[in-house]
Amino acid sequence: MELFWYIVLMTMLAVYVILDGYDFGAGIIHLFFAKTEKDKKAITNAIGPFWDANEVWLIASGGVLFFAFPTLYASSFSGFYLPLIIILWLLIFRAIGLELRGQIHNKMWEIIWDKAFGVASLLLALFFGVALGNVVRGVNLGNVVNGVSTQEAHYFFLPLWNPTFSPQAEQLGIIDWFTLLLGVIGVVALTIHGANWIIFKTNSDLNPKLRKVVFNLNFVLLALVIISLLVWHVIEPKPFHNFVENPLLWIFPLITFTGLFGLFKVKSFKKDGLGFLFSSLFLFGGLTSTVASIFPKVLPSTNTINPDLTIYNVAADEYGLSVGVYWFAIAAVLVVVYFTIQYKVFKGKMDNVGYGEH
Amino acid sequence: MEDMLFYDRMQFAFTITFHYLFPQLTMGLSLMIVYFKWKYLRTKIDKYNESAKFWMKIFALNFAMGVVTGIPMEFQFGTNWAKFSELTGGIIGQTLAMEGMFSFFLESSFLGLFIFGEKLLGHKLHFLTSLMVFIGSWASGFLIIATHSWMQHPVGYEVLENGKFVLNNFSALFSNVWLWPSYLHNQAASLVTASFVVAAVGAFYLLNNKHNEFGKIFVKTGVIFGLISSLIVAFPTGDLVAKNVVKYQPVTFAAMEGIFETEEGGSEIILIGQPNVQEKKLDNKIAVPNILSFLTYQQWDAEIKGLNEFKEEDYPTNIPGLYYAYHIMVGLGTIFIGLMLLAAVQLFRKKLYKTKWILWSLMFMLPFPYIANTTGWYTAELGRQPWLVYNLLRTADGASPTVSSGNTLFTLLGFIGLYLLLGLLFLILAGKIINKGPQLIKH
Repeated sequence: MELFWYIVLMTMLAVYVILDGYDFGAGIIHLFFAKTEKDKKAITNAIGPFWDANEVWLIASGGVLFFAFPTLYASSFSGFYLPLIIILWLLIFRAIGLELRGQIHNKMWEIIWDKAFGVASLLLALFFGVALGNVVRGVNLGNVVNGVSTQEAHYFFLPLWNPTFSPQAEQLGIIDWFTLLLGVIGVVALTIHGANWIIFKTNSDLNPKLRKVVFNLNFVLLALVIISLLVWHVIEPKPFHNFVENPLLWIFPLITFTGLFGLFKVKSFKKDGLGFLFSSLFLFGGLTSTVASIFPKVLPSTNTINPDLTIYNVAADEYGLSVGVYWFAIAAVLVVVYFTIQYKVFKGKMDNVGYGEH
Repeated sequence: MEDMLFYDRMQFAFTITFHYLFPQLTMGLSLMIVYFKWKYLRTKIDKYNESAKFWMKIFALNFAMGVVTGIPMEFQFGTNWAKFSELTGGIIGQTLAMEGMFSFFLESSFLGLFIFGEKLLGHKLHFLTSLMVFIGSWASGFLIIATHSWMQHPVGYEVLENGKFVLNNFSALFSNVWLWPSYLHNQAASLVTASFVVAAVGAFYLLNNKHNEFGKIFVKTGVIFGLISSLIVAFPTGDLVAKNVVKYQPVTFAAMEGIFETEEGGSEIILIGQPNVQEKKLDNKIAVPNILSFLTYQQWDAEIKGLNEFKEEDYPTNIPGLYYAYHIMVGLGTIFIGLMLLAAVQLFRKKLYKTKWILWSLMFMLPFPYIANTTGWYTAELGRQPWLVYNLLRTADGASPTVSSGNTLFTLLGFIGLYLLLGLLFLILAGKIINKGPQLIKH
C-alpha cells in the first residue's frame, strides 16, 4: 500500500514538474528574451489557458502527501518552514503578475507585473531544484546536538543557510553549494523546457532564437548534470547502491539521458512538439532517478541517532490508505478526461488566444 | 510557546478570513452564472448571455484570488500545525486530498474552457462548462465542510496508543450529523453574498442611469436569489446547525448565547448585552424571556445549561469574541431577510426599479453579507476552542514543535503585507470591471 501511494505521489509530482515547469520556463524566457510586446504576447498566449490547471497538480500532490504520508508532511513542512512560505509568496506574485498585467494599460504597471512574473518564475525554478537537493542530502532529524536529540525523532528545523555553505556541516542550511547546484540545474532545465513549449505552441518570431537558446543551454545542462553526478558521493557515499541492487531502476537514468541527448537535435526537428517531448523526458527521468537513488528513504537523516524517514515509517494507517485507492481511481480517470478535453480544445498553435485581455 | 501559539492562531485566522472572502462569492456566483446561461439557452435573449459572461469576469478575478490565497491554507497545516497534521492527517487528509483531486481539477480546467472557449464550443457546451465550474466549486465547499465537521464532531476514528487518529469508517465522514446542516447553511450563506453582490451592482447601474437593461436583470435576479437564500440560511439550515451545537457542544452554545447561569423555567433570548467574563454576567442586557428555550427545544420552559455547569478549562477561549460573532451573524441575517422581503414586494408590484431608497440600501448592503459569513465562520471556529478536534485534541497540542515564534511572526507580517496589496489590487480591478459593465454585442 505504501509503495502504491509513493508511486502515485511521485507520478503526480513529476506531472506537476513537467506541466508547471513549462510555465516557469516561459516566465524565465519572458524575463530574459522577450524584447517586444509581440514576444511577450506569444509567451503568455502559450501558457494562458493552462497554467492555472497546471498549478492544481501542486495542490493535489500536497493533498495526497498529507493524506498518505502525514508524518512526512508534518515533519518536512515544519522543518522547511521558511523556504515553503517563501515559495508560497512567489507563487502568489507570479499568479497575480500573469492575471493582472493585461488589465490596465500603463507602461509602469506592465513593467512591474512583467518583472514579478519573470523573477518569481526564476526563483521558483531555483527553489524547486534546491528542495530536491535538500531531500537527497538529508536533514538533521531530531535536531541532534552533541549526540542528543532536542526534538522528537522525526522533527527538525532548517535555517535558509549557514555560514559554511557546506552540505556536510553539522548545522545544515537549506541552501549550500550542493543544493544550489541542483537549483541551477532546475533553472537551466526549466528554461529549456519552457522554450520548447513556446516553440511547440506558437508561431512567434521568437522561435528561431529559442531553438538556438535550447541548443546552447543544452551543453550547460549536460555539463551541470555531469558535475552533479561527480559530486553526488559527497552527500551519498554509495550513490548507485540502489541501481546496483535493482537493475530495473536503470530505466530512469536511461530516460533522463534519452531526453538530454534528444534536446541537442531541437534545431533540426521538423515537428515542433518533439523538443518538448524530450525536455519532459529529461525532467521526468531526472526527478525519478533522484528519488529512486534514495528509495525507500524519503528524507534521510544526517545523524546516526535518529532513523531515516522511509515510506514505511511515515505512512498513514492501512485502512485509510486502502479505502483511498477507490476514490483516487475514480478521480484519476476524471482528471485524465478533463485534461484531454482541455488540451483538445486548445490544441495547435495559440497565437490568437489573447490571454489577459478582458 | 504562548507567543508562538498566538501567532500561529493569528496567522491562520488572518489568512483564512481573507481567503474566504473569495470562495463565498464564487460558490454562490457560479450558480447564478449557470442560471444566466440557462436563461439564455431558453430565451435566446443576448442580454442573458452577456450577463453570464460579465459575471464570469468577476468570477475569474475572484477565483484567481481564491486560488492564490487558498494554497497557503493547505501549506499551513504542515508548516504551522505540524503536530495536528501528523496526528489527524490519516483522516482529514482523506477529505482534503479529495478536494484537490475532485474539485480543483474540475474547476480550473473548465473555467479556462468557459472563459476562452465560447466560440470554439457553441452555446450548449458552453453552458455545460459553466455547470461543471459550479459543480467543482460546490464540491470543494462540501469537502472543506466535511473536514471542518470532523474537527467539530469527530466520527469514524480510533485513537492509537501514540495519540494518532486512525480512520476506521470512511463513509462515516460523509454521514456525519454535523456535515449536512453545516454544508447547506454555508452554501445558502454564500448564495446570499452572491445575490447581494449581483443586486448591488444592478442597483449601482440603475442609480447611475447606465447599463439600465442589465441593471434591471441584476437587481431582479439578485433579489429573487437573495430572498430565497437568506430565508434558507435562517430556516431550516441555521436552526439545524444551532441544534447540533446545543446537543454536542453545550458549553459553546451557552457562550454563544451569553448564558452564564442556568435558568429555571426556561432561558431568555438575548437581543443586546455585553458579556462580562470577570463577573460572569451580561452587562446592559435586553432580553425576551423563554424564547430561547422554545427555539431550541420547542418547549417554553426547557432548561438550557449555562456556563456555570461546565469546567472553566473547557470554556471557549474567547467568550466575548464568540458571543459577538454569533450575534452579529444572526442580527445581519435578520436584516437581510427584511430588506430582501421589502425588495421582493416592490418587485412584485413592478415598482422596484423606481424605489430609490431600496436601491440605495441594496447597494450599501454589499459588504454586510461578507461580514455575516465571516462572523459565521468565527462562530464555528471560536466555538470549537480550546479544541482542534472537539474534546480530543487541544489547540495548544497541535502546533509545530520546531518553528519558533519569531518565524511565525515574520511570516504573519509577510502575509499581512502581501494580502493588503492583493486586496487593494482586487478592489481596483473589480471596480474597473464593474464600471465598464457588460457589453451588448450588436449583430
